[in-house]
Amino acid sequence: MKKIAKAKLNELYAKISESMGLFLPIKRAGEVNYAVWGEGKEVSLETLKTVKSPKNAFFPDSENLMKFKTEGKNIEIIDVRKDYKEEKPFVLFGVKACDYKAIEVLDRVFLADPVDSYYQARREATTIVTLACSKPEESCFCKVFGIDATAPCGDVTTWLDENYLYWQANTEKGEALTALVADLLEEGGEESVATQQEATKAILEKLPFSALDLSRFKPENLNDLFNDPAWEEMSEACLGCGTCTFVCPTCQCFDIRDFKTSEGVLRYRCWDSCMYSDFTLMAHGNSRTTQMQRFRQRFMHKLVYYPSQNDGLYSCVGCGRCVNKCPQHLNIVKVIKTLGGKNDD
Amino acid sequence: MQEVTENKEFTPNIVAFCCNWCSYAGADLAGSSRMTYPANVKIIRVPCSCRVNPTFILKAYQQGADGVIICGCHPGDCHYVTGNYYTRRRIALLFSMLNYMGIEKERTRLEWVSAAEGQKFSAVMNDFVKTITELGENKRLTDLRVKEGE
Amino acid sequence: MKEVETKMLERAKELLESGEVARVVGWKKGEFCYDPSPATFESVEELKDFTYDWFCGANLSKYLIQISKKEGKTAVFLKPCDTYSFNQLVKEHRIKRENIHVIAVECRGKFDIEKIKAKGISFVTGAQLDGTQVKVSTLYGEETLEKSDVVLTKCATCNKDYQVQDEAIILHERTKKDVDRFAEVAKLEAMTEEERFAFWREQLSKCIRCNACRNVCPACSCVKCVFDNPASEISAKVNSDKFEEQLFHIIRAFHVAGRCTDCGECSRVCPQHIPLHLLNRKFIKDIDNFYGEYQAGETAEGKTPLTSYTEGDTEPNDVFKGEAK
Repeated sequence: MKKIAKAKLNELYAKISESMGLFLPIKRAGEVNYAVWGEGKEVSLETLKTVKSPKNAFFPDSENLMKFKTEGKNIEIIDVRKDYKEEKPFVLFGVKACDYKAIEVLDRVFLADPVDSYYQARREATTIVTLACSKPEESCFCKVFGIDATAPCGDVTTWLDENYLYWQANTEKGEALTALVADLLEEGGEESVATQQEATKAILEKLPFSALDLSRFKPENLNDLFNDPAWEEMSEACLGCGTCTFVCPTCQCFDIRDFKTSEGVLRYRCWDSCMYSDFTLMAHGNSRTTQMQRFRQRFMHKLVYYPSQNDGLYSCVGCGRCVNKCPQHLNIVKVIKTLGGKNDD
Repeated sequence: MQEVTENKEFTPNIVAFCCNWCSYAGADLAGSSRMTYPANVKIIRVPCSCRVNPTFILKAYQQGADGVIICGCHPGDCHYVTGNYYTRRRIALLFSMLNYMGIEKERTRLEWVSAAEGQKFSAVMNDFVKTITELGENKRLTDLRVKEGE
Repeated sequence: MKEVETKMLERAKELLESGEVARVVGWKKGEFCYDPSPATFESVEELKDFTYDWFCGANLSKYLIQISKKEGKTAVFLKPCDTYSFNQLVKEHRIKRENIHVIAVECRGKFDIEKIKAKGISFVTGAQLDGTQVKVSTLYGEETLEKSDVVLTKCATCNKDYQVQDEAIILHERTKKDVDRFAEVAKLEAMTEEERFAFWREQLSKCIRCNACRNVCPACSCVKCVFDNPASEISAKVNSDKFEEQLFHIIRAFHVAGRCTDCGECSRVCPQHIPLHLLNRKFIKDIDNFYGEYQAGETAEGKTPLTSYTEGDTEPNDVFKGEAK
């Protein structure tokens, strides 16, 4: 294991930035989100939960696909994304265990046949440096999904304490990054990491949501769950905003839209939210007409539909962002508690 | 040095929303009286100045306008009696808000031009184009996606 | 607060038992002490989850648009700021007033859990007001904070009084705060154009276009929003360009100008903490300056500033002249 003094982290960022893009939690206008590093930016690795997850490193909020240019009767189609095949290598730094697991959830969608080549290009060009949690919060419940917040995977795993960032390469890519910054790293740190892991595990054990019962969320219960009368009550305060979906690290729905430019049409894809009233709008109308149906869709997708198609992998990672951010405090924990197991009172 | 200055000569795109009954007729009169105003003023005819939704103004900026001017009948002379009184309130609030958000306040203007004021129309447009030319390109309210192809 | 809650619960039970109302709209307990959700209670049994505490910041008025169309009467608990939104919605014919029984409830400002957490306090198990201070109990012990540091932004400058009530449950009088709700707006106005632009650019760049501000806003009661209508040519699901951030927020604020009661829900729900109330307050301040003091929601009748006029109104090109003052 290697380590680097906290005071020298800026040198580390600068070194990485020389040859690669560096995407990490940065504080801007009071909020911490993943952004590109630059001199003078305020990095905040200590922030447990960035508002948005790092998923937009691979799956950006908005991404141009192509342009249509019309001249007379000819329509020229211009692929505006071709540069992505030579994507500049970049480092995604400080990813927490839950967010790292979420990338696996996204991979199964975008890297399954037919492969989303642009997601793939970005994914392959990226070295992921994860950061273990040391101060989990009451809204965290990654443990429920079998995630170890104290030992995330990734190309490099790091741990942070008051004085040092501890560094351990796990893959070839990770080794290459380690070699790049080797001059800044020193040996040691196993003991500190073990102590921190132990302390964190003790907190994780005690978290209020650490023992949620997921036993009922199985494909064979799909109809029962779908028809459960509790959805009506659970969704009644839902505003139909997209906060939960846009802060969620695993939500992967998108829409493809056209934008009129001065010389033609720009086709782009952008995040979409199943909470929006026009999410399933088709030529014939909309198949989901009430907010209850939209609300149910979101949680059924996370807990039943997705796992049934992906070897039982839930598409919730317990990051707790929706728990913190829902304006009316509706969230997946309440759904799991109401429908998940036989432990209802 | 000389070359650079020449290349950078800036011709602004101006959008003028003109009410059908007064200002548009004023523009007509300016034309038929052979008074001139710059060709880069694009007139959009609206039934009444109060038809101008703030979205129209912002959309004009998005699509590449450097200045937007709204013209209507003088207060009290509205073809629909009260339309421009509502315009006056709405546009006053909008102007104040744009300024509050740091958008140059000279960029958007409202003028009352009657059907008989061909001369005023021409003078207003000349002056507005001059103002915007001095102010320079609209950079704070543009959509990069629109400008990309230019 | 516990006594108020008990009284509210008693009253809700009475109303439901006697059949005077078919349902009661209030708040129900969440997973923690600080995350209650708005809820409808249709039976005494359902009231077991009823709660009213320092974290019930949500404005219930907007829910009444749908609920007041249901059969039977609905009782609703409204805080002072909520009564303004209620009135405004009645004025706009969105709520059927005759179907609603308004119970005005005490409010001495609500707490913002995010502000408490930002102080590094986690595992909060309760909070109580103690004079000008707030005692926050956590799993690790008790913390004392200044009330002004933990109330919701919307509560910090609120001096609102109940505008409508069929009955009231108020045990403590509110103390009038000596604050100027326009102070922050004035501060921005005093900046240079470049500074203001930079301020809003930075703030709005955080917008994730989740629409929470719009969907929670009682003044945003359009059946279909222009930003959701593909035929409008300005609809969008994310901000693909910085322009769309500006467009969305300017147009949204403009559309509620003269109808916004300054309930502050937009800023409460913003996941990125964009001070959206500063846009609405700018319009309120301007309306006060140009057309005389006006508070939306004070009455359920009358015209709003943007649906009325006088012959001598301020000319749009003159609105900047006041700046020099």
